[in-house]
Amino acid sequence: MDKKELLKTAVKVRKGIVTAVHGAKAGHPGGSLSAADIFTYLYFEEMNVDPKNPKDPDRDRFVLSKGHTAPGLYSALANRGFFPVEDLPTLRHLGSYLQGHPDMKHIPGVDMSSGSLGQGLSAACGMALAGKLDKKNYRVYCLCGDGEIQEGQIWEAAMFAGARKLDNLCVIVDNNNLQIDGPVSEVCNPYPIDKKFEAFNFHVINVADGNDMDQLKSAFEEAKTVKDKPVCIVAKTLKGKGVSFMENQVGWHGKAPNDEEYATAMSDLEKLEAAL
Amino acid sequence: MSEEIKKIATRESYGNALAMYGEEYPNLVVLDADLANATKTNVFQKKFPDRHIDCGIAEADMTGIAAGLATCGKIPFISSFAMFAAGRNFEVVRNSIGYPHLNVKIGATHAGITVGEDGASHQALEDIALMRTIPGMTVVCPSDDIETKAAVKAALELDGPFYMRTSRAASPVFNDKPDYKFELGKGITLKDGKDITIIATGVEVSYAMEAAKMLLNDGVDARVINIHTIKPIDEDIIVKAAKETKKIFTVEEAFVTGGLGSAVTEVVAEKNPAEVHRLGMQDVFGESGSWSALLEKYELDAKGIYNQIKKLL
Repeated sequence: MDKKELLKTAVKVRKGIVTAVHGAKAGHPGGSLSAADIFTYLYFEEMNVDPKNPKDPDRDRFVLSKGHTAPGLYSALANRGFFPVEDLPTLRHLGSYLQGHPDMKHIPGVDMSSGSLGQGLSAACGMALAGKLDKKNYRVYCLCGDGEIQEGQIWEAAMFAGARKLDNLCVIVDNNNLQIDGPVSEVCNPYPIDKKFEAFNFHVINVADGNDMDQLKSAFEEAKTVKDKPVCIVAKTLKGKGVSFMENQVGWHGKAPNDEEYATAMSDLEKLEAAL
Repeated sequence: MSEEIKKIATRESYGNALAMYGEEYPNLVVLDADLANATKTNVFQKKFPDRHIDCGIAEADMTGIAAGLATCGKIPFISSFAMFAAGRNFEVVRNSIGYPHLNVKIGATHAGITVGEDGASHQALEDIALMRTIPGMTVVCPSDDIETKAAVKAALELDGPFYMRTSRAASPVFNDKPDYKFELGKGITLKDGKDITIIATGVEVSYAMEAAKMLLNDGVDARVINIHTIKPIDEDIIVKAAKETKKIFTVEEAFVTGGLGSAVTEVVAEKNPAEVHRLGMQDVFGESGSWSALLEKYELDAKGIYNQIKKLL
């Protein structure tokens, strides 16, 4: 997919996020939007996945360790063809398969159930280890939040990945700098994130703008060349990116837009699309 | 029980069973958290070094790794002391294994008061209670070497999460009979009896049998049932006992609250109300001591069970 198409797709993914959260009247738009470009790059450029064969044993895997940003994953999966985009507004509704947090049993394309923070990276390590044991070539991607890495289990998993030299594992930290209670540095400072992962024997790639497709492309391409080490991409992003009133606002971590705000958000995204 | 009877701790049987089935089940992998020598999975490790993964002292991570391995078709057995495998790990087991119903087996060794000298911090008394609240989780507590090996085989054949608690205490091998059959969810009547019923699990089963012999000398004919599968529990065998005998006594070396005692009481209360007495650890922590001294103190050896039942008859 060329850059322009990727950018257009990222806008579609963002529209899906806002529409899903509006339909749910609840959910987490901020961190879904900050990672929208990462979701888009992974599902439309990077990963070897097939919507017609979502359980292919040779596919690349993705674990959304920051599971509350399910709207971002669901929108990417829907736009990629795993299920109808029209289903996105049923998010969190009783009877919908689109559960509040990723549910591998009911949602096509979801490789691991997640939502309880800190647990996804361990599962990703297990998938990467299985790939090594079976001598398969698939890669495993795991998206963590910069608040999420306050969970101790993340560092148990990081230690394991480094110790086992899981070079088929690529961790991405969505470094949007905000968590529910405020800036991550004020709540319980996780910085320096890059040096921490380096100390756990990761190859670390810092991305100055994780909402920029060129920078993401260069990071993911470098990641694939690394041998004998897992990779961590620390992507600086903007929480709420693309929706004017949500950008860098901690209040939009876990809140749905009302009808008026939804209209404004969609109009913001239309303008972005038109400018491409 | 005579002294000639072979005794083996069920944790040993667990490690031996894994090694025994390693060939037949190429997808079987075993994970440890720095306790392979204690959980006895080192027997498997020696035979299949490439399929044994030591995760270091990180039980939560080990559990999540197992979940990831299971999504890729492996059959992971995670091994640790019950305190960590079920206690420390509860929420990881619930969300990363139970909720997605992944094919992960939890081999929890050193369960119950019979951990002994390590004391209360390591004596998991609540593991049965915790694990049986997870939807779709099978909970098994085998009584001897034969039953532990059969339970491991059953775990390998079942597609879904499975919790097996084994003990550090040496247990007499009494299931080595030609008609022995292990079936998940089916209790075993070891001795028929018309007066009362003793329902036991794990290492307590052999003590329950001994206590029944002592009771018979006093003219009390006790039925003895081995409940190796606490979830799903054999309702039929319990209801039958409630109908045919006057009182039911449950015996476990775990908290009666939430444990076998609760599980049996729930069935009896709902299906056929009858008098139930729950022998086991009451609302107290354990302490250091040899496992046999602890069983004596908490009246969970044969004599203790006999004494408790006599008082309640």
